[in-house]
Amino acid sequence: MTDRLPSFNTLAIHAGAAPDAATGARATPIYQTTSFVFDDVDHAASLFGLQAFGNIYSRIGNPTCAVLEERVAALEGGTAALAVASGHAAEFLTFHTLLQPGDEFVAARKLYGGSINQFNHAYKNFGWNVVWADSDDPSSFEAAITPKTKAIFVESIANPGGVIVDLKAIAAIAKKHRIPFIVDNTMASPYLIRPFEHGADIIVHSATKFLGGHGNSVGGVIVDGGTFNFAGDDRYPMLSKPRPEYAGMVLGETFGNFGFAIACRVLGLRDLGPALSPFNAFLILNGIETLPLRMQRHSDNALAVAEHLQGHSKISWVSYPGLRSDRYHNLAQEYCPKGAGAVFTFGLKGGYEAGVKLVSNLKLFSHLANIGDTRSLVIHPASTTHRQLTDEQKTQAGAGPEVVRLSIGLEDTQDLIDDLNQALDAA
Amino acid sequence: MLIELPCPIPYVPFMNHDNYPNDYIRGILNGVKTIALVGASQNPSRPSWIVTKYLLERGYDVIPINPGLAGTELLGKTVYASLKDVPGPIDMVEIFRNSEAAGPITDEALALDPLPKVLWMQLSVRNDEAAAKAEAKGLQVVMDRCPKIEFGRLSGEISWQGVNSRMISAKKPVLSGKGFQKLSLNRP
Repeated sequence: MTDRLPSFNTLAIHAGAAPDAATGARATPIYQTTSFVFDDVDHAASLFGLQAFGNIYSRIGNPTCAVLEERVAALEGGTAALAVASGHAAEFLTFHTLLQPGDEFVAARKLYGGSINQFNHAYKNFGWNVVWADSDDPSSFEAAITPKTKAIFVESIANPGGVIVDLKAIAAIAKKHRIPFIVDNTMASPYLIRPFEHGADIIVHSATKFLGGHGNSVGGVIVDGGTFNFAGDDRYPMLSKPRPEYAGMVLGETFGNFGFAIACRVLGLRDLGPALSPFNAFLILNGIETLPLRMQRHSDNALAVAEHLQGHSKISWVSYPGLRSDRYHNLAQEYCPKGAGAVFTFGLKGGYEAGVKLVSNLKLFSHLANIGDTRSLVIHPASTTHRQLTDEQKTQAGAGPEVVRLSIGLEDTQDLIDDLNQALDAA
Repeated sequence: MLIELPCPIPYVPFMNHDNYPNDYIRGILNGVKTIALVGASQNPSRPSWIVTKYLLERGYDVIPINPGLAGTELLGKTVYASLKDVPGPIDMVEIFRNSEAAGPITDEALALDPLPKVLWMQLSVRNDEAAAKAEAKGLQVVMDRCPKIEFGRLSGEISWQGVNSRMISAKKPVLSGKGFQKLSLNRP
């Protein structure tokens, strides 16, 4: 008898979930409760001492959130996961577990604007220093590494511009220097790219986007690949040193290859507090059940719309790795052959003004700051998500003044194309 | 890696120690009652103490072995200096020492009469030579696994911690009957 692990579509529906042990409820119940009754005093002590598996308080863990955690861990092929309040919280707890004040991490320059802000500004208060590298040049990551470097961070498909990062090349550099390689897999989702298969050690998600997929819940997930050995590594004291919070327990030793996820939970989430609501976890889980279907449709629709826009007289360029002519097409063929995702950018010949007019003229596309909804979305990054960046940073991040970003939804493509045509005609 | 891959050759004479079928581990954890834990610790933050406590709570008769603590009590159980000092038969020897030390401990285990049924080496402990000796004498061997993690994985308890149990089932997990936060190993 062998235990073949079920395939992706099956995991998307079943992983982590089972009929409720107490009631038999088949859908995952929303355990909307702050706290959980202990079986007895000794059991309570065991739970607080991390000596037993179980539930204490929903800031630290919740059974609905746990189903989401195991679901995403299974889809990514990781050892464990932690669900948190947002994608930003996922990044924050990840770095909190890896970095001490004065430490550095190397990050790809092409990232979601919110992450660039978080790294450049908020993290300064903790003494965590970002060093930027060129997303298209793996050697720039190696050049940026110093003895203080504790992590490398990239997005598998970078927001907003449809940049595909050469994960294997950067993973090889991370491995050579024994540095954990963190991949934000929000834009691809595990349906399109599974970063652990390309050398990632940790994956973070904004579950708000394609995992949830319906634009109704903010959430984040950290996935532990179980591949980086933190035990005995003095550079990572949260995992390798006796923790005073837990009577001298060494988390990286006690929890083996899922120690990172546990440390994020019991040191990060417990003490910093960005817990996910069980209701949001429930909605995100519902979304994940159809992730394979949605991601394929998102990608197919995006390619059709990108192909149309490429031939439009008011558009100077389209940046979508699914297009044969795109500079990232070869990398897309290598890393995400099923499709290049829902999100891409294009440049308007009319510049900033034309961008502002276009978003005003669209009737079916919603003008808002999100991606990964069933609905098609549009934004002009220079006047919104990326407006806090300098002009140089905007251009470097792929969000110059003429750039418009689309997140293509699950509608009929002809309706999307018609809406873009009328809005471009009037722009 | 904990990720389990399909066992490539189902008819190997001895166990494939890179990949144990779930039923093999479940059979062992269901079949043993008395577990001698070599390398027991009195320090509640040490993994060996945590595993001792967990297994006691799950109804196993855990006998702590540690020459430095011989004669003292650990979690209410008498500590013995070595396996041969334990009165009565031992079903499973669990080795909480390093891979090298697992060799001589296995020799001690194989000198017991009656022989234990199972030789289990803790997560990160692996000694293939010792395993082969034990298997040649008819013992079932598990290496580089933690019985607490395996119990948690097969029962579903570990899923509460967001750990990938690699178990999929449309059947209800079974409460162990000792409160709501303990699940039985015999999940259908």
